[in-house]
Amino acid sequence: MTSPSAVSPTTGYHSSVPASPTPASRADDGPLVSLVGAGITLGGRALWTGLDLDVRPGEFVAVLGPNGAGKSSLLRVLLGRLALSSGTASVLDAAPGRAGDRIGYVPQQQLFDRGSPLRARDLVGLGFDGTRLGLPLARRRRDLAIDEALDLVGAGGYSRRPVGSLSGGEQQRLRIAQALVSSPRLLLADEPLLSLDLGHQRAVLDAIDAYRRSADAGVVLVTHDINPLLRMVDRVLYLAPGGHRVGATGEVLTGDVLTELYGVHVDVVDIHGRLVVVASDEELHDEDEGAFPR
Amino acid sequence: MNLDELWSTLFDFSDYGALVALLWNSILAGAVLGVLGGVIGYFVMARDLAFAVHGISELSFAGASAALLFGVNVVAGSIAGSLIAALVIGLLGARARDRNSIIGVLMPFGLGLGILFLALYPGRSSNKFGLLTGQIVAVDNPQLSSLIAVAAIVLIALIVVWRPLFFASVDEDVAAARGVPVRGLSIVFMVLLGLATAVSLHIVGALLVLALLVTPAAAALRVAASPVVVVALSVTFATVSTVGGILLALGSSVPISPYVTTISFAIYLVCRLIGRSRGRAAAVAPRTLQSTP
Repeated sequence: MTSPSAVSPTTGYHSSVPASPTPASRADDGPLVSLVGAGITLGGRALWTGLDLDVRPGEFVAVLGPNGAGKSSLLRVLLGRLALSSGTASVLDAAPGRAGDRIGYVPQQQLFDRGSPLRARDLVGLGFDGTRLGLPLARRRRDLAIDEALDLVGAGGYSRRPVGSLSGGEQQRLRIAQALVSSPRLLLADEPLLSLDLGHQRAVLDAIDAYRRSADAGVVLVTHDINPLLRMVDRVLYLAPGGHRVGATGEVLTGDVLTELYGVHVDVVDIHGRLVVVASDEELHDEDEGAFPR
Repeated sequence: MNLDELWSTLFDFSDYGALVALLWNSILAGAVLGVLGGVIGYFVMARDLAFAVHGISELSFAGASAALLFGVNVVAGSIAGSLIAALVIGLLGARARDRNSIIGVLMPFGLGLGILFLALYPGRSSNKFGLLTGQIVAVDNPQLSSLIAVAAIVLIALIVVWRPLFFASVDEDVAAARGVPVRGLSIVFMVLLGLATAVSLHIVGALLVLALLVTPAAAALRVAASPVVVVALSVTFATVSTVGGILLALGSSVPISPYVTTISFAIYLVCRLIGRSRGRAAAVAPRTLQSTP
């Protein structure tokens, strides 16, 4: 949950960073993700409605908002695991759920138990060819791809340790390696920075950023804290109980926009290049009452 | 009974060569079922289904005793019973909590049905006892080949679905996100597990199926994490248990199951001890590594 004085723990941006560092995408490339008038109603409550969002090749979109605003539900829609209540969704030119290996997915953190029957590299290997039939025979190409993905997130040192014996941060880095190892066209990540220290946050984000630039892949990343992403994010989707807003970081994360989204007065304070979103304690409490448990 | 008598009851190796030749098919079946138990046990552990194995085996026992009573094929009866149990558990018990309660409800019902059918059965009592405690020597040749055929089908099917099944077993969310048919595979696996349980029932008996389908894989997981090594060890442990158990039991009048379960348990104990001493060593090593980054 959020700290007492912040609507969403810390949200902000660095004003000196250009708003759109997207590599020039080829004109004939259609969007990887296309949502038109999309809406979700869960348990009789509308999470969000009328959402229009295109994610183009090479684009990095961060999804922000308070708990229960439907951030994870958005990813589940894109994965084809949750149907829209209204509007249409298309992912990699097909209905959601058809993309298979062409989507890399980092789920919300669930730790592996001690005694789980696989090692770090086996978990990453599932991302490489886990969906294909037959035995997981050792092949040179497979081993190389796994090693490369492990090195990308700094996990090469524990590649043969059992997954269940690793710390939360170590497991989380494997998740990102697992998502990237199949060279996906689209990366969907749900709070991938959870339980990573600052150094590893930076390393993992650099890996994701470098990957989407070299592969011209799209990234949709759910987070509660945009500060670590400021250098690389192209657009922000802010989901809130009172509506949503899509745009460049500097257009969305302003006091006026968030005041409108939350329906209460919100200030966005710049503290040495980090923007912190602040509302009063009482108002925050009301927000949390309306939030779904995650 | 004094110790000498006990020993000669448990272990009698007179005319051993002739007995081995006579029961060669049983030994072969034991080996095939060892391979099957070792492989499917790996997935049973990965999917956390040890309790389900027990539940399925009790309904398999009910099916077999019904077949005995009505004079139809006992192997077919045991397969019918375990498939019904496996499908009920697979369809109703997607979540672990539901699954455990369904198994807890099914198990005594199956055992009760089986006891009822056996009580009504007028034939030889060794046939009855064999279903609960196992008696491979009581299985005749045509039945033996049907057991081996079923085991082979299950093994081939497991090899075909190996990767997606393992993905769905250990990492369900991501597997589903990548398009693995998680629900369908779960039902397929329950059917395969039902077949494997029915087949094992004829070797070690309904009460002791766990010794073949769970203990070897659990032992292997104590000492290894690499899937290849775990499966290899699990198969080795299970085969040593079944074949070793049959060889020790050949000359005696005692059923083979205590031999199989004892070997299987001894292997597990040794693996636990090895795993524990390694765990201690591993707990010391990373700390020294972390202090010098």
